[in-house]
Amino acid sequence: MPTVTHNILPTVLNTGILAPDWPAGFWSHMIIFVVILFLFVIFMAMGFIYFERRVISRFQIRIGPNRVGPFGLFQPVADVIKILIKEDIVPLNADKLIHLLAPVAAIVPAIMVFAVIPFQNGAALANLNIGILYIVAISSVSVVGMVMAGWGSNNKYALVSAMRVIAQVVSYEIPLALAIIGVILFAGTLSMNGIVLAQKIPYILLQPLGFLIYFLGSMAEINRTPFDLLEAEGEIVAGYNIEYSGFKFALFYLTEYTEAIAVSTIITTLYLSGWRGPFDSLPVLPVIWFLIKVFAVFALIIWVRATLPRLRIDQVMGFAWKCLLPLALINLLITGAQVVFWPNVSQWVFVGVNIVLAGLLIILFSRFFRTTGDKIEA
Amino acid sequence: MKLKNYGEGIAKGMAVTMKNAIRTPITTQYPEKKLHISRRTRGNQLVWDKDKCIACSMCARACPVQCITMATSRDENKKLKVDKMDYDAGVCIFCGLCVEACPQKCLYMDTDYEKAVYSRKKLNFTKEDILMTEKSKPSGYYSPENEAKLPKQTLLVDGKLWDK
Repeated sequence: MPTVTHNILPTVLNTGILAPDWPAGFWSHMIIFVVILFLFVIFMAMGFIYFERRVISRFQIRIGPNRVGPFGLFQPVADVIKILIKEDIVPLNADKLIHLLAPVAAIVPAIMVFAVIPFQNGAALANLNIGILYIVAISSVSVVGMVMAGWGSNNKYALVSAMRVIAQVVSYEIPLALAIIGVILFAGTLSMNGIVLAQKIPYILLQPLGFLIYFLGSMAEINRTPFDLLEAEGEIVAGYNIEYSGFKFALFYLTEYTEAIAVSTIITTLYLSGWRGPFDSLPVLPVIWFLIKVFAVFALIIWVRATLPRLRIDQVMGFAWKCLLPLALINLLITGAQVVFWPNVSQWVFVGVNIVLAGLLIILFSRFFRTTGDKIEA
Repeated sequence: MKLKNYGEGIAKGMAVTMKNAIRTPITTQYPEKKLHISRRTRGNQLVWDKDKCIACSMCARACPVQCITMATSRDENKKLKVDKMDYDAGVCIFCGLCVEACPQKCLYMDTDYEKAVYSRKKLNFTKEDILMTEKSKPSGYYSPENEAKLPKQTLLVDGKLWDK
């Protein structure tokens, strides 16, 4: 990882001058970072699969995969080899082209998110000044791939799953984006690296409610428990990827975990002060801090998966529109007021105020929003 | 107003899963680690004590499925001796009647449960195959004195024994 702070993309685009601190300038930076990011995504996805299987088995008082290699570390490798040598089956009446393109359309946006994630100070593929906006824009494009898979498979279960994905992801985009605005207001920048640099206090303390909204919303975005309606085994056999096998299925599986990594890294960057930590001026330490935080966030996601049951589709939609959206708006209002009216007050005051307000609002909304019985009372 | 139903159920559930996460796993890594089975198990075959046997053929007669075939003859001292003691474990229903019928208590059920073979022919045991060995110990079935010698069964509710 380079330790230099660079803002190369605008420099090159505007002036055509090669970045001075790189041997062959801009393109070497681009190629090296793309390779690093690809390797990062692939290895992290395998690591996350292993980590999830081990951690979830601990929650279920099991041991988990431990036979292949030391501590079962090569289990994901064995799984990858197994899945890649499987036969690629295409349904007879499937829309062949869409069926083929769907996994690609799903995985490309999921990997593109990592272009703006700062692994340490300025170490990102593109240190965009609109980083978080780029992420919001790009991260929901994966859904197109899932819808293509559901439509192209010519399978009713896949289609139902795709419909659920659209409804769910489109609904949760809104509270998600509104929760991010709270962070942007405090940081005063849209750049991911700028947001990390602005976090004297981790924003999970300044924005506890925003963190909760973003966390729940992103769980729905990446279709994890308790919002994993699209692959509800008991209802719609396996979801949009039911007609997929072999390499294409592997791509969907990879997409799922890539999105989980992406969400973990974004939460780390926005709310857990990214690569910052004690001694973060030393060469490799920021990356290690970053990875530790990413795995901690993912462990929390696994913990939730191990605990909570799946919601019904009406409960999921009701939760987004009747609970998260108004909470996100109120959070935005409070944050905006704090930034505009009290810009000189110490942020530690806001920490206390916001935690108390978050608790009160959660209790208040638990009065409004009920999932008792078999109908939602709003 | 009582403060309840504000989402504390989720917190309770998370606490339960976390409590389980820091427990010792109940999984036993089978071929490497084994739990002690019941001391009165009937095992997978019979164990025969050759020296105590008086060749009375009571076991063969008690067997409801005729899986024990016994042939006896008298030696020079007019004493009965066992010529043949065939035991077909593929037919045996492990009812234990032979063990209960034995007047000398020289026939036992086995403690070993790893007796899988690839063909039924390998389950036809002769008298050399059902002798007591290091692996095939007499179980405590119908024999309290053997039961006292065997280790206590590992119960999963008894958490301390998991790792032993």
